[in-house]
Amino acid sequence: MVSSAPRLRFVDRVNPVTRLAALVVLTTPLLLTVDWLSAAVALGIELVLFALAGVTPKLLVARTWPILVSAPIAGLSMLLYGQPEGTEYWSLWLARITDGSIELAVAVTVRVLAIGLPAALLFLRVDPTELADGLAQIAHLPARFVLGALGATRLVGLFVEDWRAMGLSRRARGIGDHGVIRRVATMAFALLVLAIRRGSKLATAMEARGFGSDTPRTWARVSTVGGSDAALLAIAAAVAALSIAVAVWAGTFNPVWS
Amino acid sequence: MSGSTSAVGPVRVEARGWGWRHAGRLRWALDGIDLRIAPGERVLLLGPSGSGKSSLLHALAGVHGGDDEGEERGSLLIDGARAGGARGRAGLVLQDPDSQVILARVGDDVAFGCENLGVPRDETWQRVAEALDAVGLDLPLDHPTSALSGGQKQRLALAGALAMRPGLLLLDEPTANLDPSGVAEVRAAVARVLDRTGATFVVVEHRVDVWVDLVDRVVALGSDGRLLADGPPDEVLERHREALLAAGVWVPGAPLPIERRADAAGSRSAQAILVGEQLAVGRRRGAVVRAGLDVALAEGCSTVLTGPNGVGKSTLALTLGGLLEPLGGRVAASAPLAGRLVPEPIRWRSRDLLTRIGTVFQEPEHQFVASTVRAEVAVAPHALRLSGAEGSARADEVLTRLRLDHLAGANPFTLSGGEQRRLSVAAVLVARPRVIILDEPTFGQDRATWLELVRLLRELVDDGVTLLAVTHDAAFGEVLGDRRLDLVASDDAAASAPTGSAQ
Repeated sequence: MVSSAPRLRFVDRVNPVTRLAALVVLTTPLLLTVDWLSAAVALGIELVLFALAGVTPKLLVARTWPILVSAPIAGLSMLLYGQPEGTEYWSLWLARITDGSIELAVAVTVRVLAIGLPAALLFLRVDPTELADGLAQIAHLPARFVLGALGATRLVGLFVEDWRAMGLSRRARGIGDHGVIRRVATMAFALLVLAIRRGSKLATAMEARGFGSDTPRTWARVSTVGGSDAALLAIAAAVAALSIAVAVWAGTFNPVWS
Repeated sequence: MSGSTSAVGPVRVEARGWGWRHAGRLRWALDGIDLRIAPGERVLLLGPSGSGKSSLLHALAGVHGGDDEGEERGSLLIDGARAGGARGRAGLVLQDPDSQVILARVGDDVAFGCENLGVPRDETWQRVAEALDAVGLDLPLDHPTSALSGGQKQRLALAGALAMRPGLLLLDEPTANLDPSGVAEVRAAVARVLDRTGATFVVVEHRVDVWVDLVDRVVALGSDGRLLADGPPDEVLERHREALLAAGVWVPGAPLPIERRADAAGSRSAQAILVGEQLAVGRRRGAVVRAGLDVALAEGCSTVLTGPNGVGKSTLALTLGGLLEPLGGRVAASAPLAGRLVPEPIRWRSRDLLTRIGTVFQEPEHQFVASTVRAEVAVAPHALRLSGAEGSARADEVLTRLRLDHLAGANPFTLSGGEQRRLSVAAVLVARPRVIILDEPTFGQDRATWLELVRLLRELVDDGVTLLAVTHDAAFGEVLGDRRLDLVASDDAAASAPTGSAQ
């Protein structure tokens, strides 16, 4: 996954933990207001910045299509069922399209994009090992927890193989004609059993390498933060501040608590 | 090792009246073990499966989880201190290559143990380089561990243990899951490591021939969990030969009491029961592993499918078995096999496949679907909608035949490796398929299970069942290789068709 993602300018130099922090800084203010303008401003700036970092339209579609598809769907539900307000254009039973619901639909669509796109694009190329190093060394999360989780991520690839083999074996055992739901349910249970066994084997292997002892641990890879990290946080804060400021100035600011 | 100023010397191991009992069991797997291993001594530890050999190794490495795994008694000392007390004194390599890779990149994986021991960064990377060199893994530090072969993964695990500079190196059936070239790789790496470090060495393995030249002492455990024999390899193997053979140990040079199928020559004129024409195979659409294969399985014969790793043997077998769709060409069953159905097995219903082609998977755990051994064997009769009486009669028959009747109520996942293999075969046999396809049926099996399995398969072929086995096992091929399909590496384009099928 990591190796197939294209390199991005600037973003790749930032510690994964900082990227996580920047995402929180950028999107939290956007979650506090429901108006189309703040989200639109943020989205516009984000698109320009990511384009500068090397995200081509093709890459954007390839890597974020689930978000590009789900945003309008979220908007559509608002269009039909959002709080009615102003002129009504069309109605059918509970569904009503009004001035208010149109505005809400636009606001929600743009907001999902403004929050979802940076979440996907900032983590295009995150190496789990690097993220774990950052979480343990920079964010000072407990090493045991972080490394345990990191070890587990490597098992995911094995589970994919297990799942495939189990699917074939169901057919070989004469129970492949059952409905999909029933088959998936029995396979999910079997996978769970396998996962626990693989997990305990991995735990033994990790323990055999001294994991979980009381000795203070060293880190073979240094996780550092520097100028690029500060810059990304500053950019995230600036984008958030600017988009909220524009909304307040234009009078569209509509906090969720109002 | 050069430049290893902080390296610890080889350690002394001492067991006094040591015993181990698995959680929830009444019987002590090991008991009253008195054993002294001098620093630098190299020991091969033998014993029947379930005799607690692995438990002893795990205890020496200090990885016995705690009271939920079992309890020990007596004392087990490393250089006079309780085993497991000092991390990093013992390095352990386990059987399953896939389960010991911890991190995504080769260098990081080897460094993991050093980090846990608190080794300074510069020294860690120096040790990583030395360890990789010692095991002969000449790869970039950022090489993905997922791209390694089984033998390379085991060498990686060895390097990871080695980087901790252990005075005691423990190997728990390190080559059981490897093909012959992987076995050779790992053995050579271990020999080099021992020459460089002089570490005390204990290896558990029932394939004696792999290690016998490398060790200077053999310790054998009996099925009662006590010491059976202890001494120089030749002496122990000679004097206790019968007991070791009975315990399932592969004593070098012991002839296998089973002969090649007598009518192998006579079956050459047999009709093809299953053919692949211009077959392209792969696990997924667009991922062709091999193309242009023309193969035929002769009815009533046993065919072995051999070839190097990654060449597509298992994929071809699964495709012939009607489990994977051919990515090109077609698989066709003979009219008697297909019966009223279309010739392509992949288009048959799962239930129709049962009585025609049975497949035994390499990993028994992948094919278990029930919570007891008995229910596992009853899956096929149930799918075939046999009457209750007929179904249980058949289930009882195969359970007895494969000596699983005493385990009927056990959960398949709790069985030993040999028992799991027998169950995976029983679950297929119960449907009485006319063709049976097996993927590495003898991997990691002790001699007793091996003999039992090969005898059974021979009987089936003698009774008219058609067999196809993917295998690296030369002895298996000796007995059951009526026909041979040798799949060669695909970059050798001129020889992309398997040889031997036309003979």
